[in-house]
Amino acid sequence: MQFEYWLDNFWSLTVGGLTQGAIYALVALGYTLVYGVLRLINFAHSEVFMIGTFAVPIAWTAIGYGRDAHPSGLGSVVLLFAVGLIAAALASAATAMLVERVAYRPLRPKNPPSLIFLITAIGASVVLSEAVGLLVKRKPMGAMTLIQPKEVFTIFGTSVDNVQLLVVGAAIGMMLLLDQFINRTRAGRGVRAVAQNPDAAALMGVNRDRIILMIFMLGGIMAGGAALLYMIKVGSTKYDAGFLLGVKAFAAAVLGGIGNLRGALLGGLLLGVVENWGAGLIGDKWIDATAFVVLVVILMFRPTGLLGESLGRARA
Amino acid sequence: MLLEIENLSLHYGRIQALHGISIEVGEGEIVALIGANGAGKSTTMRAISGLRMPSSGKIRFAGHDITRERADRRVVRGISQSPEGRGIFPGMTVLENLDMGCYTRKDRAGIKEDLERVFGLFPRLSERRKQVGGTMSGGEQQMLAIGRALMARPKLLLLDEPSMGLAPLLIQQIFTIIEEINQQGTTILLVEQNAQQALSRAHRAYVLETGQIVKTGTGAELLVDPKVKDAYLGVA
Repeated sequence: MQFEYWLDNFWSLTVGGLTQGAIYALVALGYTLVYGVLRLINFAHSEVFMIGTFAVPIAWTAIGYGRDAHPSGLGSVVLLFAVGLIAAALASAATAMLVERVAYRPLRPKNPPSLIFLITAIGASVVLSEAVGLLVKRKPMGAMTLIQPKEVFTIFGTSVDNVQLLVVGAAIGMMLLLDQFINRTRAGRGVRAVAQNPDAAALMGVNRDRIILMIFMLGGIMAGGAALLYMIKVGSTKYDAGFLLGVKAFAAAVLGGIGNLRGALLGGLLLGVVENWGAGLIGDKWIDATAFVVLVVILMFRPTGLLGESLGRARA
Repeated sequence: MLLEIENLSLHYGRIQALHGISIEVGEGEIVALIGANGAGKSTTMRAISGLRMPSSGKIRFAGHDITRERADRRVVRGISQSPEGRGIFPGMTVLENLDMGCYTRKDRAGIKEDLERVFGLFPRLSERRKQVGGTMSGGEQQMLAIGRALMARPKLLLLDEPSMGLAPLLIQQIFTIIEEINQQGTTILLVEQNAQQALSRAHRAYVLETGQIVKTGTGAELLVDPKVKDAYLGVA
């Protein structure tokens, strides 16, 4: 135990944890959306995120900003951010929709036990990560530094830099948009209807397959956002970069209450912070263990997660 | 005929639930489908609305073959169902539930009109428009399910057990409203275990037994039929 170290660095560990947690939260939304509607854990979602991370440097290089480029001026940074976001969101959403069309939809009319979907999910995950691994010869791919970290302000003696602010701000912004979409639009109402009662939704004229495809698309867009923020923060990716992050994001979704959009946000941020505290308290190599121990402990006391299931079948 | 069902069979796995039934519903009618638990009444309804695909036979609606059409397309054609067990969206408010009923419609003026009509038929729903569906009583949920089905402005309204679980006084009320809806021009196919009510309100009726139609006639005829009396009306 390095209690003093933890106390001395409390705020810097917290800020770092929130930044990582924001990325978990965005990926967690993909798990939670699909689970809320289909009661299915889309284990291929980690690969949806991973493919998004590759799309970012590929898109930047394509418009002339390779590894060693130094974008200057706010205008070009904003433009590159937009290009990266669009590329990652497109790549991730397309991957997610492909997984639904190829791995899940053909099974649905046969109404198989949910274990079958779990197996095709894992299969899709392995196929995607191995396919990317072959394409890039299992080498890491780096991206240019879009933003040089620079202190913006200090809080309790801890400096907060622009990258951290951007990551947390962008993640929360995307989640608010998604929340509005689900709760305020007609298509969002269709999503909630299918989640709460699929048969009744069909009787209202909701095309279930279309809603499901849209759910995968939305989850993919959020994962694409996470992928861009990851590349801005970390700067490099690998074909297996999705695995651990995906498992953590899934844990975050469960922690907050799977099926619950706000739960994904809470679970993601909390998991990021707590694992970072654990790393500070016990040592860096304990970071992953802390995350999962916390998950297990919380589930022992609140089996439906902190906020409970809500998009899904939870009764008000 | 608005709805023609011809020789319809349906299987759940290896179990055959419907054995070649034929039913017709004419424009403007109230037709009742009565029978015991497990006779296949709800299965027939699910086949008409498209929640279950039949194994053979034909379903025609307003002259179109809809036997294999997707459920959501049939809603656009004008078939709307209030399902067994009500099937309301528990996490949505009364107003949101009613909004789901007109999911496929875009005529704002007409929707507003129909909302007023539903609130006219069920003043209770108007009082509770902001209440979450899952917290309402069984009778209120039944009203909500029927109101929601009406929001599609259907040509054919399918009502599956509208009296289930309701107090006798409320049953009277619901059936009076069903007649009112019919008089306003909506054709109704009604599935009921409460044969007394169903037969006295319906123009025609079919008796379903283990997946087969065993009797058909006007409501008044079946009400006095000795076999029907014996099996479904609880009078010796």
